[in-house]
Amino acid sequence: MSPKPLDYESLNENVKKVAYAVRGELYLRASELQKEGKKIIFTNVGNPHALGQKPLTFPRQVVALCQAPFLLDDPHVGILFPADAIARAKHYLSLTSGGLGAYSDSRGLPGIRKEVAEFIERRDGYPSDPELIYLTDGASKGVMQILNTVIRNEKDGILVPVPQYPLYSAAISLFGGSLVPYYLEEEANWGLDINHLRQSVAAARMKGITVRAMVIINPGNPTGQCLSEANLNGLLKFCFQENLVLLADEVYQQNIYQDERPFISARKILLDMGPPMSKEVQLVSFHTVSKGYWGECGQRGGYFEMTNIPAKTVDEIYKVASVSLSPNVPGQIFMGLMVNPLKPGDISYLRFVAESTAILESLKRRAHIMTDGFNSCRNVVCNFTEGAMYSFPQIRLPPRAIEAAKSAGKAPDVFYCLKLLEATGISTVPGSGFGQKEGVFHLRTTILPAEEDMPAIMTSFKKFNDEFMEQYEDYRGYSRM
Amino acid sequence: MRRFATERAKRLLFGSLLASRSPPSAFLCSSPPAAAAMDPAAGVVTVDTINPKVLKCEYAVRGEIVSHAQRLQQELQDKPGSHPFDEILYCNIGNPQSLGQQPVTFFREVLALCDHPSLLDKSETHALFSADAIARAWQILDVIPGRATGAYSHKLLIRQGIKGLRDAIAAGIADRDGFPANPDDIFLTDGASPAVHMMMQLLIRSEKDGILCPIPQYPLYSASIALHGGSLVPYYLDESTGWGLEISELKKQLEDARSKGITVRALVVINPGNPTGQVLAEENQREIVNFCKNEGLVLLADEVYQENIYVDDKKFNSFKKITRSMGYIDDEIPLVSFQSVSKGYYGECGKRGGYMEVTGFNAQVREQIYKVASVNLCSNISGQILASLVMNPPKVGDESYESFNADKNGILSSLARRAKALEDAFNSLEGVSCNKAEGAMYLFPRLRLPQKAIAAAKAVNAAPDAFYARRLLDATGIVVVPGSGFGQVPGTWHVRCTILPQEDKIPAIISRLKAFHEAFMEEFRD
Repeated sequence: MSPKPLDYESLNENVKKVAYAVRGELYLRASELQKEGKKIIFTNVGNPHALGQKPLTFPRQVVALCQAPFLLDDPHVGILFPADAIARAKHYLSLTSGGLGAYSDSRGLPGIRKEVAEFIERRDGYPSDPELIYLTDGASKGVMQILNTVIRNEKDGILVPVPQYPLYSAAISLFGGSLVPYYLEEEANWGLDINHLRQSVAAARMKGITVRAMVIINPGNPTGQCLSEANLNGLLKFCFQENLVLLADEVYQQNIYQDERPFISARKILLDMGPPMSKEVQLVSFHTVSKGYWGECGQRGGYFEMTNIPAKTVDEIYKVASVSLSPNVPGQIFMGLMVNPLKPGDISYLRFVAESTAILESLKRRAHIMTDGFNSCRNVVCNFTEGAMYSFPQIRLPPRAIEAAKSAGKAPDVFYCLKLLEATGISTVPGSGFGQKEGVFHLRTTILPAEEDMPAIMTSFKKFNDEFMEQYEDYRGYSRM
Repeated sequence: MRRFATERAKRLLFGSLLASRSPPSAFLCSSPPAAAAMDPAAGVVTVDTINPKVLKCEYAVRGEIVSHAQRLQQELQDKPGSHPFDEILYCNIGNPQSLGQQPVTFFREVLALCDHPSLLDKSETHALFSADAIARAWQILDVIPGRATGAYSHKLLIRQGIKGLRDAIAAGIADRDGFPANPDDIFLTDGASPAVHMMMQLLIRSEKDGILCPIPQYPLYSASIALHGGSLVPYYLDESTGWGLEISELKKQLEDARSKGITVRALVVINPGNPTGQVLAEENQREIVNFCKNEGLVLLADEVYQENIYVDDKKFNSFKKITRSMGYIDDEIPLVSFQSVSKGYYGECGKRGGYMEVTGFNAQVREQIYKVASVNLCSNISGQILASLVMNPPKVGDESYESFNADKNGILSSLARRAKALEDAFNSLEGVSCNKAEGAMYLFPRLRLPQKAIAAAKAVNAAPDAFYARRLLDATGIVVVPGSGFGQVPGTWHVRCTILPQEDKIPAIISRLKAFHEAFMEEFRD
């Protein structure tokens, strides 16, 4: 009996090769424990609202009005909604071609793309073309679209930072390309060394791989580092020399928790360089409404901006976008609101600023609480979360712990994380899901649990860790020898 | 479309570009550098060096004719009176609300409340929203963890959509079919299209994998198959029998493909049909199910138009219902059923809501589907909520039922009238025959064009139906899609026209269409 099409053996191999760690063994175990009644603290996905962060009021008011435009005609509407939300809802409705229920242009509503271009210009000081900005159902869809355009076969390599956000490894597998890793330097605060980049590229080429693109995640995920101007300069020059398209994942640009390295977009640095590089290096930049202080993950709003991509390629990208008809319109409106925020003098401005500042400052405090908390633990070293939403401490597992993991048939960091979960209910993602140097172990948690819960979480972690280390450290156990 | 050099040539071209750019490094070039006829400033991602599957893929619904229409629209705006019409009428795309169809009030009330839940804490809300919309919003927010509509649905199994909403959808499916549905078989997606892509991704391993598709078909299928590197195996619907689907034709095409070394993996059936509008008879559906079972094919049932039926003698039966009523149990028939919030009487295209119900396959495969779905984290929550509302609308006795039912029947009866009016109009044109639209949102009239017109089309390198569609647009502002975008029996020509312009615009459209057609036939009379 020949295998049926949807039998496991006859599936597309590329699908089978995909590993997406953000849900893996830890997830399954956490879920089981949850069903048994144990309290689980989920720190595995950058999903702020699921952990109690409140949505910003103003955008929700605007989108609610856009969903139900008949409210705008009701005499009572002013009791429930402030005038600026009403005005903004009317503005966005006027940009649609039939309200929220109509497919928009496959690239997104022109009026909103214009708002995005204006935002980019204000941010960077260089004009941006709305025609080269495509709105997408979350940044992930945009990343997948671009990778699918670049990858022709398994000989096409994409440079990806290690550790990385596993969307990249998953997408590269799915599209049948090759992942070319470049290692970030943990001792140098997860810095990027151009020499390592060169080595990675050379090694790949020796294997017959054509390296086509380079991914940077700035601020980094899971590592949180913010790239310096010098770093950005260096890697753009590198892309120019090696003829790579730069894919700049900048979704965490609003999440910056230190002043030494503010966010600078790859595009700004590129344009600062002037010709020839500013006119030649191909760049695609990604952003989203899921992160920052907005955290509107469930809306699926994102965009990518293309720089120096030839018109014919843009046409092909447009063509593929049109097969999926259009990005979701409410998500597009969230994007418009994010890039075109309230101004001083607007009725809702003060409240909006208060809400946003509270979120950002709390994130910054939590970044510190977590980093300090981890660093106070035995055999744990943690770089400061300069940006993004995660902490990625290194756990220096004693050799006996590694052996115990082996005996249990688990990777050492998975073993540690499972034990952590069972003991404390804290659900994390083992570092192996993101990539790490051989023999070096980490785990990723978010900094998103509520601030008031943080001290207890860190205390619980420290208790577990220090006991674990006592149990497995060498000077215990062989006491009779 | 440009035809490109082979893979190897592309690599050669790229290799030489690389050699000219990078410093000497110890890499082994697998092919010698060739004289590059490329623009040196072209960079990595040029049309010569992108994924060839992207180049192969086409989607006529938003193709060339639409770009031209948009140019004309801009011209009308900049210079009113510059064309013999006042406005562009987009009859190319099933996008009802862009042409004035109103959304269903109850659905929008619930969505607004879910988007801004703090409304539910205010007493004034009762003055603006119906009580059952408020109740439904509470129900929905209760099944969303943390009431956080801004959160990814992230817990286990929730990546395929929020559990409580899938429960509601499964209940709705059971109500509709009279057979149970499992919430864990449901994957909520940003519209039906991403779900179709996922299945193509899963099923297609190489160009030796074929998918049987109806001709004419909705070009998502051809585009998706091309994007995933598979082969489209066409089966022709019979225009002379109202676009009938014959098993003998299926068999013939299947054998043909197999003899060419193609492994046929799945059968796509669109019911009601797009662009053809036919609704399958039950007997036909049973034959199709048996055919798939006997030949070991996955049945991909595109049922997005299930609420758009305009004839009394036909009824929508889901393929799920048919298989269960034939006595087949879950794991005997691999069946994937697609539904969307974009069509029906709700027409919420812009929300991107939909799902696929996947039955008849094992846990291992389901893992893989889940994995692919979770790379994109989850579908948008607003769309998920809407899908649950569409499958569970107000019932008799609910406060909003009367007005909901009025909204629904108003839209559906208007669609039926417009379908008939346009069908009659097309049939009244010289050389044009148009099958009835039993369902869906389109008419697909056949044009018997004079030889002179066909020659004129050839002279400008256009397919005759594209030539006709372009002339129609230039003369009247009406945008239709040439039949070649959907596939048709070679040597026949069609256009697809939606039935969606508002009813009060229909008479003007018909008279302009008639005037244009008469003039066209006169001009090209043999």
